[in-house]
Amino acid sequence: MARSTGTLFRIAGPVVVAKGLAARMYDVVRVGKERLMGEVIQIGGEKVTIQVYEDTSGLKPGESVENTGQPLSLDLGPGLLTSIYDGVQRPLPVIRAARGDFIQRGVEAPALDQEKKWDFTPALKKGDAVAPGVLIGTVQETPAILHKVIAPPGMSGSVKSISQGTFTVNQPFGELSGGEKLTLMQKWPVRRPRPVKEKLRPETPLVTGQRIFDGLFPLAKGGVAAIPGPFGAGKTVTQQTLAKWCDADIIVYVGCGERGNEMTEVLTEFPHLKDPRSGGALMNRTVLIANTSNMPVAAREASVYTGVTIAEYYRDMGYNVALMADSTSRWAEAMREISSRLEEMPGEEGYPAYLASRLAEFYERAGRVRTLQGAEGSVSIIGAVSPPGGDFSEPVTQNTLRVVKAFWALDARLAQRRHFPSINWLTSYSLYKESLAPWFEGRVSKDWTSLTDDLLALLQEEEKLLEIVQLVGSDALPEKEQLTLEIARMIREFFLQQNAYHDVDTFCDLPKTFQMMKTIKFFGDKAYKALEAGAGIQALTAMKSKDKLADVKFEKDYQKLLDQIRKDMEKEFASL
Amino acid sequence: MLKEYKTVTRVAGPLLFVEKTDAVGYGELVSIKLSDGSVKNGQVLDTSADLVVVQVFEGTSGIDREAHVKFLGETIQLPVSGEMLGRVFDGAGRPIDGGPPVIPEKRMDITGAAINPYARSSPADFIQTGISTIDATNTLVRGQKLPIFSGAGLPHNHIALQIARQAKVVGQESAFAVVFVAMGITSEEAQAFIRDFEESGSLNRAVVFLNLADDPAIERLITPRMALTTAEFLAYEKDMHVLVILTDMTNYCEALREIGAAREEVPGRRGYPGYMYTDLASIYERAGMIKERKGSITQLPILTMVGDDITHPIPDLTGYITEGQIVLARDLHRKGVYPPIDILPSLSRLMNSGIGPGKTREDHKQVSDQSYANYAEGRDLRGLVAIVGEDALSERDRRLLKFAEQFELRFVRQGRHEDRSIVRTLEIGWELLSTMPKNELTRIKEELKAKFYKG
Repeated sequence: MARSTGTLFRIAGPVVVAKGLAARMYDVVRVGKERLMGEVIQIGGEKVTIQVYEDTSGLKPGESVENTGQPLSLDLGPGLLTSIYDGVQRPLPVIRAARGDFIQRGVEAPALDQEKKWDFTPALKKGDAVAPGVLIGTVQETPAILHKVIAPPGMSGSVKSISQGTFTVNQPFGELSGGEKLTLMQKWPVRRPRPVKEKLRPETPLVTGQRIFDGLFPLAKGGVAAIPGPFGAGKTVTQQTLAKWCDADIIVYVGCGERGNEMTEVLTEFPHLKDPRSGGALMNRTVLIANTSNMPVAAREASVYTGVTIAEYYRDMGYNVALMADSTSRWAEAMREISSRLEEMPGEEGYPAYLASRLAEFYERAGRVRTLQGAEGSVSIIGAVSPPGGDFSEPVTQNTLRVVKAFWALDARLAQRRHFPSINWLTSYSLYKESLAPWFEGRVSKDWTSLTDDLLALLQEEEKLLEIVQLVGSDALPEKEQLTLEIARMIREFFLQQNAYHDVDTFCDLPKTFQMMKTIKFFGDKAYKALEAGAGIQALTAMKSKDKLADVKFEKDYQKLLDQIRKDMEKEFASL
Repeated sequence: MLKEYKTVTRVAGPLLFVEKTDAVGYGELVSIKLSDGSVKNGQVLDTSADLVVVQVFEGTSGIDREAHVKFLGETIQLPVSGEMLGRVFDGAGRPIDGGPPVIPEKRMDITGAAINPYARSSPADFIQTGISTIDATNTLVRGQKLPIFSGAGLPHNHIALQIARQAKVVGQESAFAVVFVAMGITSEEAQAFIRDFEESGSLNRAVVFLNLADDPAIERLITPRMALTTAEFLAYEKDMHVLVILTDMTNYCEALREIGAAREEVPGRRGYPGYMYTDLASIYERAGMIKERKGSITQLPILTMVGDDITHPIPDLTGYITEGQIVLARDLHRKGVYPPIDILPSLSRLMNSGIGPGKTREDHKQVSDQSYANYAEGRDLRGLVAIVGEDALSERDRRLLKFAEQFELRFVRQGRHEDRSIVRTLEIGWELLSTMPKNELTRIKEELKAKFYKG
């Protein structure tokens, strides 16, 4: 479509109306003298409504509006990794260098470094056919990640020329028979999912190194999880811990409408983090997107799409990508804010009626897929939800629940007791458990599933007993049930509690998780038997060997300690 | 020469509707001359070729269709200067202490731009407030925004004043300033603040903005922005560490709701506008520190929870933006415990970056965690005791019950002018923890117990 210009008619906050502008829905426009970036969100007669990604103070009716004719698109190519962007892919460090510590209006900066030269190795030669999904060549983007340049959807022909060498993202390294130039960079509209050959069943777990997730509520690669919780329950810490430790190849972290100081923590901490897998920097396989709560609301709305589009781009190279969105509630609120400015008829709690479909569309972009190239890749999405007042019955949580399959409910009461991660083991669930069971049983131990089921059953039992204890005190319980309470306490304190700030405990691999569960079960089985054989509950709860289990999580060389504990337990049981 | 319009078509609530104007900018400052010669100020909320909507800060009483409306062609700017220290201003930034007008060093837009997240530096300097429940368990650090969630009739003002008096970074003498923002509080409360500033000699390093209960409500929407603009000037251009006290944010939000209702916007929860989160963020997020700049802005907003309900939209949205909260409890207040800070729902998210060896002490975190855990358990037991009586409790439970009691009386409670050092606070913590057997302190490492456990 030809570029068209119109004039501003009305300005009311982040939503403005222009007249005389030829536009399609979601075209990107430039508004006013300062050329503020905006997006068309409603067309009514000759009036076009635009959401503006920047502060609109000072804009006047009569100023010009120019349509770029393009939907909001990202620059995709080498250089994405290690970058820090705002919600519409403007690189924050570059903006700071150019315009200072505060974000000024009308800033434009290319998303990818235009000067940097990349070493390109072609995978095709002259005469080869090119179709969407064909590997054209590779670039070593960071020490950890090989960037695959893949023919984007819509590209076809045969290679007329292609050369090896160093190129910037915009410099053609070859040409197709039709005259189309080949470059390292391609564009993709953020609101359109990138195509795949087929979607596959999620069968491998996304290992997080967090016992409560891996052990009790696992997430699959290509799966979707929601972490809802009231403020202060530890959403952000959990998200960050997952970003640091989960075994995805690429991490995309979207700070959507969150706190500036916390985002800074991520921005300053991540570049210094060591990658537990390669030993290099974790940033080498990370893209950060930061749109804090006081940055323009429309850019916040766009930020989750920016994140997921980047995730899909790397998925298409055959990588496993994990996307953390913190918080999807802020995104939903951005939708609500814009919707109310459009004077749309509100749905539940003022959210637009299309809230459910937008949430579902977004989460549906996750999945384990066969890419156009034929490789396997996945995008897993972990979305934080911040329900007002911690009330899970509100629309964002409820609509999220309808689409996600793993639900990790944070609980403020656990946080107050300093039980971290404060995931409530009774309300949380994971529907991936079944499909992942073969993997765990094959790779870790055939007892995995029965063991985790036993643990959960015990915790369930504890909840019931605690209600009784509330009324009559624990001494009034039969000895067998007092023992159940003791074992449940061990599960909670020795196993579920995990210290994200402790060098060793912050990551727990699957064998260790398994061994810890097994030892607790080992104690439980023996103790019930001993009780039946006439041992007193006092003697059992006073056993020294079981309290040693508290140290296991902090121990690097845990196997030795566990062996010792089991030996001591046998001895103590024998002497009863 | 600026044009004057006499085309007011409608006046409704705090809003004025003007027709047939030249192009007027969004957010522009407006001056309205009434037929009796008095002048009011306003700001453009909505502008189009046909109609301009103006919110009038001083209220619309006395405005008729004869009023002369002048658009000043600029957004609201505040003249700022280092000489503002020691001065008192009204809610619109005019001096009301009888002193001369401020000679500006600079004029700054009061909306302020968002700090580039990449330009922020992580807050990590421990601020000692001298209040145990803050220092030990909900540590405040420079650049943080930590609100006090209070209720009507609770001594939040005394706590804010005590913090303003006592706050310091131990071992560092640095330029320190207080910006005090009153929004809709009574003149009596405001007087108490100013008197306290005078008595403690801190008025000469304070800037006071007063929008009192009988001042126009709509003016409240710009008062905190003026104050924060002043704070930014002092912090980032004068290298000062600024503590901003905002009281009462509830009144601010009411004003926001009033404007929303007058504009006939679709209301969100409890009638507050759907953009309240974004609006509050544009205030709270102005706290922080910037790389390579010396100053900092720490915010201490105070809000009274309507009906003591922490899930009400105002405390709820605030809690999602600020880095924690200090919650006051009515039952502690009734017991005569000052400050009535309930540590269980209270939280400081930046605590971990401000404490530990070299900053406070190596046992700080673990003392805090253990005290939290014990106190939480002890409090739960109170409910049980009410049903089964104390005799039915186990030894351990009885100890926990006692711990909770003593914790409130000796750790939480302190004098209004009692400035406890962090070392003293941790000592009290250990005295209380030492009433428990060593092996029940499961959250503390053995070597720390060996060093600090008493008895």
